[in-house]
Amino acid sequence: MTRRRRRLPVQPMAVITAIMLAVLVFFAIFAPLWWGEQAVEANPDAIALPPSAEHVLGTDNLGRDILIRTLVATRLSLVMALAATALGATAGLIIGALPAVLGPRAQRAFSNVIATWLAFPVLLVAMLTVILLGPGSVTAVLALALTMTPSFARLAQTLSARVAGSEYLAAARMLGVSRGRQFTRYILPNIAEPVVVNVTTSIGGGLLALSSLSFLGIGVQPPEFDWGRMLSEGFAQVYVSPVAAIGPGVAVVFAGLAFSMLGESLAGHLRRRTGRTVRPHRRLGAAPRTLVPAEPAASAPPLLDVQGLCISFPGEDGWIRTVQDVSFRVARGELVGVVGESGSGKTVTMMSIAQLPPAGAVVTAERLTFDGDEFAGLEPGRAGRILGTRIGVVFQDSLTALNPALRVGGQLAEVPRVHGGASRAQAHAAAVEALQRVDIPDAERRAGQFPHEFSGGMRQRTLIAMSQIGSPALIIADEPTTALDVTVQRRVLQLLRRQCEDNGSAALVVSHDIAVLGELCRRILVMYAGRIVEDVDATLLASPERLAHPYTRALAASLPDLDTDRSQPLATIPGEPPDLSVTQLGCGFAARCAFATDRCRTEAPALRAHAHGGRVACWHPQDGVPVPLTTRAEAVS
Amino acid sequence: MTLDTTVSSAPAVAAPSRSRHGGPWLAFLGRRILRSVVAMWVIVTAAFLVLRAAGGDPVRAALGATADETVVQARREQLGLDKPLLHQYVDYVLGLLRGDLGASLITGREVTELVAQRLPATLELAALSFVVILLIAVPLGLFIAILTQGGRRRGVEVAFTGVTSFVAAIPEYLLGVILIIVFGITAHVLPVAGRGGPESYILPVAALSIAASASIARIARIEALATLGDDYIRTARSKRLPAAMVYFKHALPNMLTATLTIGGTMLGTMVASGVLVEQVFNWPGLGTAFVGAITAKDYGIVQGLALVYAAIILSINLIVDIVLSLLDRRTTLMETS
Repeated sequence: MTRRRRRLPVQPMAVITAIMLAVLVFFAIFAPLWWGEQAVEANPDAIALPPSAEHVLGTDNLGRDILIRTLVATRLSLVMALAATALGATAGLIIGALPAVLGPRAQRAFSNVIATWLAFPVLLVAMLTVILLGPGSVTAVLALALTMTPSFARLAQTLSARVAGSEYLAAARMLGVSRGRQFTRYILPNIAEPVVVNVTTSIGGGLLALSSLSFLGIGVQPPEFDWGRMLSEGFAQVYVSPVAAIGPGVAVVFAGLAFSMLGESLAGHLRRRTGRTVRPHRRLGAAPRTLVPAEPAASAPPLLDVQGLCISFPGEDGWIRTVQDVSFRVARGELVGVVGESGSGKTVTMMSIAQLPPAGAVVTAERLTFDGDEFAGLEPGRAGRILGTRIGVVFQDSLTALNPALRVGGQLAEVPRVHGGASRAQAHAAAVEALQRVDIPDAERRAGQFPHEFSGGMRQRTLIAMSQIGSPALIIADEPTTALDVTVQRRVLQLLRRQCEDNGSAALVVSHDIAVLGELCRRILVMYAGRIVEDVDATLLASPERLAHPYTRALAASLPDLDTDRSQPLATIPGEPPDLSVTQLGCGFAARCAFATDRCRTEAPALRAHAHGGRVACWHPQDGVPVPLTTRAEAVS
Repeated sequence: MTLDTTVSSAPAVAAPSRSRHGGPWLAFLGRRILRSVVAMWVIVTAAFLVLRAAGGDPVRAALGATADETVVQARREQLGLDKPLLHQYVDYVLGLLRGDLGASLITGREVTELVAQRLPATLELAALSFVVILLIAVPLGLFIAILTQGGRRRGVEVAFTGVTSFVAAIPEYLLGVILIIVFGITAHVLPVAGRGGPESYILPVAALSIAASASIARIARIEALATLGDDYIRTARSKRLPAAMVYFKHALPNMLTATLTIGGTMLGTMVASGVLVEQVFNWPGLGTAFVGAITAKDYGIVQGLALVYAAIILSINLIVDIVLSLLDRRTTLMETS
């Protein structure tokens, strides 16, 4: 699965862009040399001819070949656009970036100037400049440069403000580096890349803008000609010979496109260098599936039966196996905790069961039965429709999980409205009642408010109310208390338990806090590196020596209790979880485990029934062995 | 993309970051209005200089070399061009404050009269195009975002990006020429010049809105992708709401701020890009009058119309900024609580 393909050295778009630019440069250099005279020489015998073999695009009203004129005009059109952009970018850079070394007062003053300048309508600035200085190619370039300057200045200002606040510029200042040197050595190199991208894109825009000026007759003046001028001449005879407008039109679009693509290629290159890329699915082959045979279906089917659940994401060099071979069952009304550190796959497992897998995830399972329906292999949209409101989800971050643009009551009322067929008034009443049930005071008024008007605890309780409103058989709570302070945490958990007891719902509660789960749940699933390593009765957490997996034991041992020496830092487990983009041969915890043997490193242990009444995936279960005091001491070191 | 590409970065950047209480927001409002006033004053001064500094004697230039000297002198006196420059400037500014935009150097016709006659056609064109752009670009961006979410359907994404970059690279005036060739000359199905019945609006509005729709659809897609990745969309999905409800009720309102930012700046841009499109379609708006005045060297009209354009664009940008800062208050509150 990890076969690596050599990445193409260049992107296809970059190749096309390079070819287009080469064509432009070629004609800009050679066309005026070869056809310069021919392009301006009037020919009374060939006035306004339609296209023919001799004149592919026809001739203009002075009998000059339009194709030749278009090619010759490349030089002036390009040179003007390049000159305007260069002038505008240079002026903009100086105005925008220089204040960073001149101190805060200059910065404010320049910032005001730039903001006012940006407020000018661009076309007007260009036109007034042209009128003041008289039309012509030089004026057009100056006018365009003037309109480009403030946006470059704004860009340079934003970027260099970031550099100006940096440590190394402060250090340079203290070392007495001169302001000019600060500017050239520290500011410019650090803002160069985004500026270059912006300049490139602006050349294309400038080219189009200059052609617009010439088209209006206030840019290039005859006998000089650029594409815009040619277009305006062609337009004058468009009813006689429409084809006259085609040559210069194609040239303008071609050149504009070439530069905007160049800008995009450069920006894409920067993005690829800084960011992570994902390869498309089809190049990765089939997503990995479980190799563990599923347990036979139970005679009295549980509420939820998950067998051989695997979740993979496409990564740069192959599948990233975020979750592997996860199997467990949940009975009706049962409260099950899921614990594990960040990245252990607990959240993505829960979201896949709720048929809300994250974008890009490929979920496979041997069996995924819930409430009598089979969901394995179903596409999430269809599965969601079958599932309806039978699973309620309480999300982690209550601030982002509620829609900021909609009223709280409306968000709650959607479920009865859509699934219960309730009227608007009934749905609203149901929403208010749901808020009351989670102890939100003044629920009627609160229902009319927006999420940002609620406190964090109230939002979290609202989410619980929302997960309950469809009377689900299972509630999945993904770290429901992480963002809350301790007293609010306790209240939210009690509420969750009460809601489950009242409605007879089962719950899967995810947390990285084993103490929280020990209080709330009957059974705990411990996840590590995408697998369940132990499935154990919650009461055993109080006596860590009865736990079997070394990881669970370490987790339980790291819990602070009354005997913990508070002067010592809390225990942690040394080491890092394994890289899931590489196929793991053995047990994922082996590298961090004090009891690991060669077998642990080469052969992954399966999750099997264990003497403590639960299940464990370990070659060397440690239950019955007292937790050595050294565990904590080692962990501290 | 045309002359107006650079203006689009203007308004959004000025939005306030702390506006929890009235104080900072009022200060922002004051600063923002002051900035528009300063910009307007600079334009007024520039327009004043246009008439006095452009190419020697503007009246002589406008009336032509053959005009009788006494006529030229009379027109000069009529316009007050024989007085000292500072005196003229004060008169000019006072005149503007009274609503006097000056007059044509050639015919002596009042600019206000011209504006009253031509402004509606220009505003119609800009507003219609603006509506068309938003109606095309936002749903298209959202739709493509839904299709390409999470890196799915690479082909659709590549095709969308390719087509939109190509279309966005066609300047409005060129698009106008192409549309005239295709629908007016080759097919004879639509009127290509002037303002008449509803069908005469089709080509000018298309020329003005197609390229802009393409570039805005791209921005809208990025915005939509960001919105669709937000947690509350997953919450909406967890409620198993119909897809249309997730996208239109939950995602669309949250794309609104960004859409308004783009849309507002667009409206100002539309007014200016209109100059080119009006020229192509011989549309009886301010733009054709403006370009006509420039070519005829009638700097009296140029000066007046430049001020009208500046006032329209500056006030649109100002209004957009104020609306955005009001919307921003809510999001700022949300972030700080």
